[in-house]
Amino acid sequence: MEWLLFVPLAALALGTAAFVILLRNPIYCALALVGTFFALSGLYLLLQAEFVAVVQVIIYAGAIMVLFLFVIMLLDVGHEPPPWLRRDRPRLLLGLGLVALLVLELAVAIGSWIAPGIRGPYTSDYVNAVGNTQLIGRLLFTEFLIPFEITSIILLIAIVGAMVLARRQ
Amino acid sequence: MRGAGCGVRGAMTGTVPLSAYLILSAALFAIGVIGVVIRRNALIIFMAIELMLNAVNLTFVAFSKFLGSMDGQIIVFFVMAVAAAEVALGLAIIIALYRNKESVNVDDINLLKG
Repeated sequence: MEWLLFVPLAALALGTAAFVILLRNPIYCALALVGTFFALSGLYLLLQAEFVAVVQVIIYAGAIMVLFLFVIMLLDVGHEPPPWLRRDRPRLLLGLGLVALLVLELAVAIGSWIAPGIRGPYTSDYVNAVGNTQLIGRLLFTEFLIPFEITSIILLIAIVGAMVLARRQ
Repeated sequence: MRGAGCGVRGAMTGTVPLSAYLILSAALFAIGVIGVVIRRNALIIFMAIELMLNAVNLTFVAFSKFLGSMDGQIIVFFVMAVAAAEVALGLAIIIALYRNKESVNVDDINLLKG
């Protein structure tokens, strides 16, 4: 009964995502986003992607959200007026119109359902036999070795860049 | 919906079809875009961007499962690494902006506006 797990997790993801963009206090938004990350992690487990599910909790819910919370507390961010009280309403409506267009486009793309692609060798049974994490590790250090190494350079540049930007002059 | 995405309603008793994941992912992405459009707080715009990245990650993992390929999960790994770098830099920029402007409202940040 996958649906029994999918429906609550999907509802949790959508509900907390809505809270992220609707709540006024940034701290509550951040906590709602943690909820979205956990719901998505559950969905990854449902999709038999155990490694991604655990990494999702460690990196997103752990590292990234802690960074967000620290910055929110550091900056003493005030409340913003709700969007329906803003003066630039025409621009807001234009933006929402474009969002509606995007949603329409996504609906058409999902609804038309063209070629589902070529099936790869990693069937559910094979992944279960070898192990999801082992397979990802093996691929990362063989087929995807160069992107993997480049990622480390990106992270190094990000660390140095963040230090330079956030430093007091 | 045809093919592997065979009707959501008809499959209510069996496994969850790919289309259900794609619809959920599209909805999450749309919520993220709406957040970027309606909010003026740079931090919350950032959170909405994270939401969009996560929606795309869900698509990758779903396709990875339904197509029997590991590539999607590897890409998600890279997306997470880049997202971590992006958040570190973005928050550093927001802190630098706050030092100069005493505000994180994107309407106040208009130095480049002619």
